[in-house]
Amino acid sequence: MNRKNFFIIAGILLILILRLAASGYADGIPDLRAGWDELWREMMIDILGIGIVFLAVTIYLLVKYRRKSPNEEGSAKKLTPLAAFGWIVIPVFIFMADDIFLAAKNFTLWNQYRNVPANAMVIDVEGFMWGWDFRYPEGITTTNELRVPVGKPVKLNLTSRDVIHSFFIPDFRQKWDAVKGKQNYLWFSAKTIGEHVITCTEFCGVLHSNMYGKIIVMPENEYNKWVEDNKPKGGAI
Amino acid sequence: MSATASQAITLQSKFSLKEWIFTTDHKRVGVLYLVGSFAAFFVAGIMAMLMRTELASIGPTVTSNPTTYNMWLYFHGAAMILGYQIPALTGFFTNYYVPLMIGAKDVAFPRLNAFSVWLFWMGIVLALLTFVIPDPPDIMWTGYPPYSVITPGNTALYTFTVLLIGFSSIAGGVNFLTTIIRMRAPGITWNKLNIFIWCTMAAFVIQLIFVPILGVAVTMLSLDKYLGTHFFDATAGGTPLLYENLFWFYSHPAVYVIFLPAVGIIYEIVATFSKNRIFNYKGVVYGGIWGTVILSGIVHGHHIYVSAIPDWLVMIQTITTLLISIPVGLLVIGLVGTLYKGSIEFKTPMLYVAGFFFLFLIGGLTGIPNAMSAIYIHIHGTQWITGHFHYVMAVSVTTAIIGGTYYVWPKMTGKMYNEALGKLGFLLFFIGVNITFFFTMYIGVVYGMPRRYYDYAQFPQIEGIQKVITFGSYIILLGALVVLISWIHSLIWGEKAPNNPWGSKSLEWTHTQSPPPQGNYTEPVKVSEDWNPYGYGK
Ligand code: HEM
Ligand SMILES: [Cu+2]
Ligand SMILES: [Cu+2]
Repeated sequence: MNRKNFFIIAGILLILILRLAASGYADGIPDLRAGWDELWREMMIDILGIGIVFLAVTIYLLVKYRRKSPNEEGSAKKLTPLAAFGWIVIPVFIFMADDIFLAAKNFTLWNQYRNVPANAMVIDVEGFMWGWDFRYPEGITTTNELRVPVGKPVKLNLTSRDVIHSFFIPDFRQKWDAVKGKQNYLWFSAKTIGEHVITCTEFCGVLHSNMYGKIIVMPENEYNKWVEDNKPKGGAI
Repeated sequence: MSATASQAITLQSKFSLKEWIFTTDHKRVGVLYLVGSFAAFFVAGIMAMLMRTELASIGPTVTSNPTTYNMWLYFHGAAMILGYQIPALTGFFTNYYVPLMIGAKDVAFPRLNAFSVWLFWMGIVLALLTFVIPDPPDIMWTGYPPYSVITPGNTALYTFTVLLIGFSSIAGGVNFLTTIIRMRAPGITWNKLNIFIWCTMAAFVIQLIFVPILGVAVTMLSLDKYLGTHFFDATAGGTPLLYENLFWFYSHPAVYVIFLPAVGIIYEIVATFSKNRIFNYKGVVYGGIWGTVILSGIVHGHHIYVSAIPDWLVMIQTITTLLISIPVGLLVIGLVGTLYKGSIEFKTPMLYVAGFFFLFLIGGLTGIPNAMSAIYIHIHGTQWITGHFHYVMAVSVTTAIIGGTYYVWPKMTGKMYNEALGKLGFLLFFIGVNITFFFTMYIGVVYGMPRRYYDYAQFPQIEGIQKVITFGSYIILLGALVVLISWIHSLIWGEKAPNNPWGSKSLEWTHTQSPPPQGNYTEPVKVSEDWNPYGYGK
């Protein structure tokens, strides 16, 4: 290897390492959506690569070895024991390496999904046939409409009043099952102001596809005002 | 052997319904499976067209009642798996091929075999009752509690359909394992078995181990619903997670019960139409086929990542699931390798195989993200999953089943089919499934469109893509009709088939007529030392 190549390879490695280290930790709170999208993109490149190689080889063989005369027969020889062994061990090794590589990446992201940042606010969610009830720390309750302040991590405690539902926010790449008699959770942190769909992804009967609502991400001060305006006036009524 | 063995009854002899119903001839039993499973495919296919039409626009399209859609979906899923694919593969192809390929006169227990097919037909009839009873099941083919316990739908019908078809499978397993172990003609040693035979053995070993577990799960479901037990009731000390575990403990291995025989058929077609030896036969058999069996029992957890199973289990299951790529990779390498230095002829069956390569490649690769628990969080329960498993199972395996049927057609019916019709059917099918299921995956992962949705008012932006998907599914329907026409055409106008139209070296082509007489071989089969079902190029 000459010196130029060495620097190119070292440079690429360095950039990769820096990118890995930098992904998703801007404000100390992992960005699940960005992390998910990143891993997804890598997966797609990975499988597209394998796919194109396989496809190219298959098409090449299909075209190259078409029958040329009616009585022709195939002429492959029996593999030597060494070749046969190699054709098992080498693929096994490659697949295993790829699998371990993917699994390792997966667990980094999985841990971010399952470890809730310490400063998260907690909202209780109860799924029912067919809708979602929310209860805020201040005692406010809403149905099918979840308001959250922008930039703040939110932990949702999930349960169900009846059958299994699954709480899904496509825009945040986040989802978890809500099961009667169990307390599950998920968390997210909205980066920008806006509205996002919440929808159910576990079959729960006739109106399963109608079991949706929305998340409204608000500026922190507007959210605080909304809480002030709506919180139950203790004992006044 | 049955008492009528000496009478040489062929498909061409005078038609007698009684003889067909009470037959113990494995070839006729096979044909009964074929007819039953294609009937299930047909009805479940109509359900698919209804669902796709319903989804073509937001709001009511065919029906304004979501329960009707749910009934279609229930029937489609259950009938496609339990009524079409498993019986077509482990009923039709095994019955037709196994005794012929090993040079046997029939299966080990012909009456038990007849009983299997009866149970299967009873299961089909029971499943069809879905359309006439007032309270059809609406619990999807997975039947998750608590919904399946509290629904007004008829969960018992589900339980009993599963049990009947399950018993049928167990009887088949006992029968075919015995047949393969005990009835091979002299000279056919283990390492000279057709790949399809190995795949059948592996599939039945899986069935014998895991079907009882499914039986237990669905029985407990009906006990909960009708007799008031609380196995799956979290408020009374039970847990629905138990059902999910039991269900997938069977139903993930069931994927291999479907996959392995399908791949076996593909191997037979590839070897015959490239007139080539199998690439790395032992690696395929001992690494690919049996490796799959060994891993099949320890991966089901990937279906329930977001049902809150312990983290350490998620990790183990992610790794074991990814490891499945090893035996499956070996099977694919064997297939592609068999093309090397072959002499490939593109008759209709071989076209289906080429289709299989492509569809299974997409299906297999899109399965890799599913194994990864963190990625899975977003795609669980979405149309991505629907698209993926239609690629990897529904349509890949259908190319094996239809291609395999074209492949045995001359042997089974004694008639040739029309190549042009055969190729046209394939082309329509191939184009249709790619349009349909590529965009199905797309709306699932990009927009998060969930599966099992009768409507999608919350996703107005995907209505246009939904129309494209529906359009694709109509092309599939057209393809299926052309296939059907080509078969009817062949039965009526087909030319007489020679004994070995493909020039195969496998016993069923070289040693008997088309169609084979009852008893299969006019004289007992004995093969020589240098015989091999793939002994080409000598
Ligand atoms: C070839 C044409 C086919 C078309 C157009 C088609 C279409 C569909 C559609 C639209 C759904 C419902 C998606 C949803 O609402 O969640 C579905 C579900 C399903 N299909 Fe197919 N399908 C076809 C063939 C098959 C085959 C051959 C199988 C065999 C295994 C199969 C197995 C299933 C299963 C298991 C489900 C899921 C049922 C459930 O969610 O419980 N399909 N299919
Ligand atoms: Cu729900
Ligand atoms: Cu739901």
